[in-house]
Amino acid sequence: MSGYTPHTEADITSMLGFLGLSSLDDLFAVVPAALRLAGGLDLPGGLPEPDVFARMQDLAAANRPCGRDLVCFAGAGAYDHEVPPVTRALASRSEFVTSYTPYQPEVAQGVLQAVFEFQTLVTRLSGLAVSNASLYDGAASLVEAVNLAYGATGRQDVWVSHGVNPTWREVLATFAAGTGHRIHDVPLTDGITDWAATAFNDADDPGAVVVSYPNYLGCLEDLAQARALCDRTGALLVVAFDPVCAGILRSPGEWGADVVVGEGQALGMPLSFGGPYLGLFACTMDHVRRLPGRLVGETVDAEGRRAYVTTLRAREQDIRREKATSNVCTNQTLMAVTAAVQLGWLGTSGMAEVALRSARGARYCRDGLLTVPGVEPLTTGPVVREFALRLPLDSAMVVERLADEGFLAGVALDPSYAQGRPDGLLVAVTERRTRAEIDAFVSTFEKAVR
Amino acid sequence: MVDDLIPAPAAGGRAASAPLLGRDTEPTLFELSEPGRSSWQLRTTGVPEIPLDELVPERHRRRLPLDLAEVSERDLVGHFTRLSHRQFSVDLGAYPLGSCTMKYNPKICDAVAALPGLADVHPAAPANCVQGWLELLVELEAALCEITGMTAATVQPAAGAAGELTGLLLMRAWHGARGDTRHKVVIPDSAHGTNPASVTLAGFDVVTVPSDGRGCVDVEALHAVLDEDVAGIMLTNPNTLGLFEEDIRAIADAVHGVGGLLYYDGANLNAILGIVRPGDMGFDIVHLNLHKTFATPHGGGGPGAGPVAVSERLAPFLPGPRPIRVGDASSPRYGWSTPERSIGRLHSWHGNALVLARALTYVLVHGSDGLRDVARLAVLNANWLRKRLSSSFDAPYDRPCMHECVLSASSLKRATGVKALDVAKRLLEEGFHAPTVYFPLIVDEALMIEPTETESLQTLEALAGALERIVADAATPEGALAATEAPHLTPVRRVDEARAARHLVPTFDARTS
Repeated sequence: MSGYTPHTEADITSMLGFLGLSSLDDLFAVVPAALRLAGGLDLPGGLPEPDVFARMQDLAAANRPCGRDLVCFAGAGAYDHEVPPVTRALASRSEFVTSYTPYQPEVAQGVLQAVFEFQTLVTRLSGLAVSNASLYDGAASLVEAVNLAYGATGRQDVWVSHGVNPTWREVLATFAAGTGHRIHDVPLTDGITDWAATAFNDADDPGAVVVSYPNYLGCLEDLAQARALCDRTGALLVVAFDPVCAGILRSPGEWGADVVVGEGQALGMPLSFGGPYLGLFACTMDHVRRLPGRLVGETVDAEGRRAYVTTLRAREQDIRREKATSNVCTNQTLMAVTAAVQLGWLGTSGMAEVALRSARGARYCRDGLLTVPGVEPLTTGPVVREFALRLPLDSAMVVERLADEGFLAGVALDPSYAQGRPDGLLVAVTERRTRAEIDAFVSTFEKAVR
Repeated sequence: MVDDLIPAPAAGGRAASAPLLGRDTEPTLFELSEPGRSSWQLRTTGVPEIPLDELVPERHRRRLPLDLAEVSERDLVGHFTRLSHRQFSVDLGAYPLGSCTMKYNPKICDAVAALPGLADVHPAAPANCVQGWLELLVELEAALCEITGMTAATVQPAAGAAGELTGLLLMRAWHGARGDTRHKVVIPDSAHGTNPASVTLAGFDVVTVPSDGRGCVDVEALHAVLDEDVAGIMLTNPNTLGLFEEDIRAIADAVHGVGGLLYYDGANLNAILGIVRPGDMGFDIVHLNLHKTFATPHGGGGPGAGPVAVSERLAPFLPGPRPIRVGDASSPRYGWSTPERSIGRLHSWHGNALVLARALTYVLVHGSDGLRDVARLAVLNANWLRKRLSSSFDAPYDRPCMHECVLSASSLKRATGVKALDVAKRLLEEGFHAPTVYFPLIVDEALMIEPTETESLQTLEALAGALERIVADAATPEGALAATEAPHLTPVRRVDEARAARHLVPTFDARTS
């Protein structure tokens, strides 16, 4: 028996006796003998924790984490922002970590209130009135936003800017196989969505227009134009925003977004090889009854004291079944709690400071890299935190070369962002990058592309 | 008064906690805010301090400052610590929430997930920088395939519902590749709500098949709905009543007979680890809930992970990119590969990776025998409780169960007015989490109890004793009244859910405006 099951032989004997059984195998008498696994699973025997820990340390040692030995200039949806000890400590409290979905609010006020605070913070960041309790990741939030727009408009055509993160667009395409939504790609011109190119011959008016702010290449889209397009066609405006850049940028709500989605990893989650991250989802009050997933609301208890509970439950799968607004059940609550802690730590001034310092670092780094012979900008307008370059060499190769020199140089762009060539590179700079790191990066970069 | 309600310590330990510490209302972060306070500290970078107006054009700049909260680090820690005192968790006490498999979460898994070599890896780093992660994922996929009796797997789905949708899209792609357009997916009436919701999202119509008097799929009724428009069936085995579908082979043959596929909802896999495998029962597609069966902590509602494993014929359709081993056994290298007819991506990156690392750790410490013992002891605990409680509650399906048992408070309600919900609320102040109530939908006043294998006999005795006491107390009018007014000792009393929906306050700002 493992160290995690408390049963002694005497306990087992007594319990089997109570049930009138003579062996543990008798518990499975209902399983047809022909189906039962003879000889057990073909897996190694269990190992003591220290042995397993050593094995996992070996695996970890075969990776190159971001840090002193691999200075991170990569982003593309996963950013190396500061995660302070206080966020790590509070987010790893076992009351938050080892509880289930708050089905019994009388003993779940801790998680419920933390999520209520998270929802409030997301509405302030996004500028919309209501936020859910989280979804899996940015891509999942995008999928749900398009489904919400379909529910609201009954239209299945969706116009998606090419400036929306390409992996999110891939996920959207995967899900469209089930929903039947028709996804139309709107191209970029100089890094900005070219809405004039939306004369899709095969498309009706869209149910949703999706644009990213800042977009995948770090550029600032003209959301007023996207809003006008929605006003003209009756589509909902879905904005994929970045919660950190929102510290200095106009909120999507101010631009007139109907739905805001985003990736919340930058709000206190480590890079984590891509997960668990945090899908952000906010909408106007008009659409609250179409909101996917859980929503926490404030109420009172039997004595009139303030209390919190999951609400508008009739939207959800366990009640509504095949007519639910979404199939989501398990979400990313612990990450939402983490984000609430991180945003509390940053506060009003820190949030603006992180965004500003990231933008400064990006400007300084971009200016430096553009002095490297053969390196050219892929876009010319203003950028925040992230920017796209054209290199004189295949960018994936440059990334590998620079990794050998201690820099994660960025993310090689899909050729569709670089006029079909494999030489586009996306570089991100956060508030954690020092001038010395950036200077060393630029000089090493110069050697790598020579 | 409080002392009277706490039973004497039981020998051998008793996983319960009553009452929770956090009895006082905690102000929100926004009410704690005091202008001028702050917690943040950022790195000294030396980067030139370019003014904001040179970086961002005026029209893109935020007009009003983003008002979050202004608190000291000390206040921040106090706030979330006090909130944590208002939260029940597995680490505090038993959590017999049926269908949720709330077992103890080994701490080594958290230690592994915190290793910088795993936690600080960028998901877009080149393959030669992430060899350890790729090997980890390949090893986990192989273990999950062995456990489920499948051939290949994807670890991208972030939770069970995402796994369901993945499986249904695989089903759609597989039929589509054969030029076969099918419209229906069959689901038993005892299924989890995610099943029908996923079916709709995958573009199929739900066909519900009833359960028979023994709580299993009515095979006659199944035959009646099966035809060549059925893409497949989604089953949980053991089912949501905690009962093993003994006719599973006949069901599989019938569904395969009309060209359909079988989808295994892994919500209840804990019951059969190392005992019987979905693949051997005839299933084609399986999702696993790592946050249930493999003890990855559920975080108050997530994150989870819902890998999907499939039989050989479905492997070419799996989501990509997949981690693969390249090179020979003597010098293995790892890379990415997208299957030939992949349905596409399901996640922004590679799935909930740190959850996956925890799950592999869990598999390695348990091993083949340990996993089988998990199932045996989970089933032993559930049956012990079922038998012990069968004199206090109705047992709608009075036969051996698997990892959970479904009882009913129907008679109790008739006799005393005390409902399943009241029993649940009373149990909260006895120091245990409540069972799942009112599910499955086909059982009146359902109480679905899943003790899991990590609770001791002493804990089970204390839990059963508490439930028996609740039933006994309900026999008097005062006792019944106390139950319907429960809980009294929790951080808040019974919460007004109707008011929350009627006067919607989804944010602090909605409250004050």
